[in-house]
Amino acid sequence: MYDGGKILVGIVIFVLFAAFPFYNNIGKVSAKPEPKLDTPVIQQLSEKKCVEPKDFMRAEHMQLLNNWRDFAIREGKRVYINSEGKEFKISLQNTCMNCHSNKKEFCDKCHNYAAVKPYCWTCHIEPKEKQL
Amino acid sequence: MSMDRREFLKIAGFSTIGIGVGWILSRPGEFLEASQFLQTKELLKAKQWAMVVDMRRFKTEEDYRKVIDACHKIHNVPDFGNPKDEIKWIWADTFEHAFPGQENEFMPESMKHKPFILLCNHCENPPCVRVCPTKATFKRKDGITMQDLHRCIGCRYCMAACPFGARSFNYRDPRPAIKEPNPEYPTRMIGVVEKCTFCEERLAKGQIPACVEASNGALTFGDIADPNSEVRRLLNTNYTIRRKAELGTRPVVYYILDIPTSVVSGGESNA
Repeated sequence: MYDGGKILVGIVIFVLFAAFPFYNNIGKVSAKPEPKLDTPVIQQLSEKKCVEPKDFMRAEHMQLLNNWRDFAIREGKRVYINSEGKEFKISLQNTCMNCHSNKKEFCDKCHNYAAVKPYCWTCHIEPKEKQL
Repeated sequence: MSMDRREFLKIAGFSTIGIGVGWILSRPGEFLEASQFLQTKELLKAKQWAMVVDMRRFKTEEDYRKVIDACHKIHNVPDFGNPKDEIKWIWADTFEHAFPGQENEFMPESMKHKPFILLCNHCENPPCVRVCPTKATFKRKDGITMQDLHRCIGCRYCMAACPFGARSFNYRDPRPAIKEPNPEYPTRMIGVVEKCTFCEERLAKGQIPACVEASNGALTFGDIADPNSEVRRLLNTNYTIRRKAELGTRPVVYYILDIPTSVVSGGESNA
């Protein structure tokens, strides 16, 4: 091997450089986001339930919202019947955010953690945060 | 254990199907069915919504202002204060601009300079729908020419196609220009085209359009396909004109003209 030393040094420098994000973050645990469900409206609910079960909402809320907007705007169907047969008005601003009025604590916490930036709020008006 | 190629392919094929089926079965909630969505019970239904504008009832500036404000307030329509960035859903303009080709030199002065209430004509044959590359603008079953702002890419073909100037483009972020935002209705974002939607969100709640409600009877809204509707009664008993009907877009906003009473009574006395 010609210039073996130089190659080895080069490889080491490259590996150190490429692996920088990994060793730089070792030991730094970023806190797992814990969205808060504590809003005045939710507190007053006798049964604290979303439109669908918690696990479904956690994994599929984006698909649900996508379906909601298509049915509401394109088909004019503005009532959603959930898996239990209950009816809900389809509206991000007036139905979802009525309960989840703490957008910063509820939506943004996870979205920021996952570096997901939904553009819903460029048009839909987020609720005014009430100080608890 | 030995396996020939044929055996291997069989197993591989079945495994692939198995993985696919298993994946679908393990996520039953993901596939929302259409049957889970309904129309609201209060929804006002029609074959083709239409509007009759009775220009005889527009006398003072106040009559115009309250109709326009009623719409622009609830829909968060921004006011930038200059015509270059203007966003309008319902507005007023002169006879000459509203009905080009129908004006003549010797028409009554009052009519010549009277502002006409203008809005999206919700044409039965809308050119904006034909040119929209993303189908963001489309024709609803009840005749409303709808604008799906989730899909609008701001190409402005629809603005070029619309002969009525009923569409506005958001050159600037509208949010700062809305004085009192209505928290129940979205705003728009920079780079989309917007227009009147005949208050489809109010129809879903069983309410008539906001401008009609605020107009004190000057605007009439109804199903033009229904011979017993109020709009048909007005069309049967009055002479009406439409904007640029010669273009074949079949607009459904009709205008009853304000003929000066002196002219009419003068005609009668001569008869």
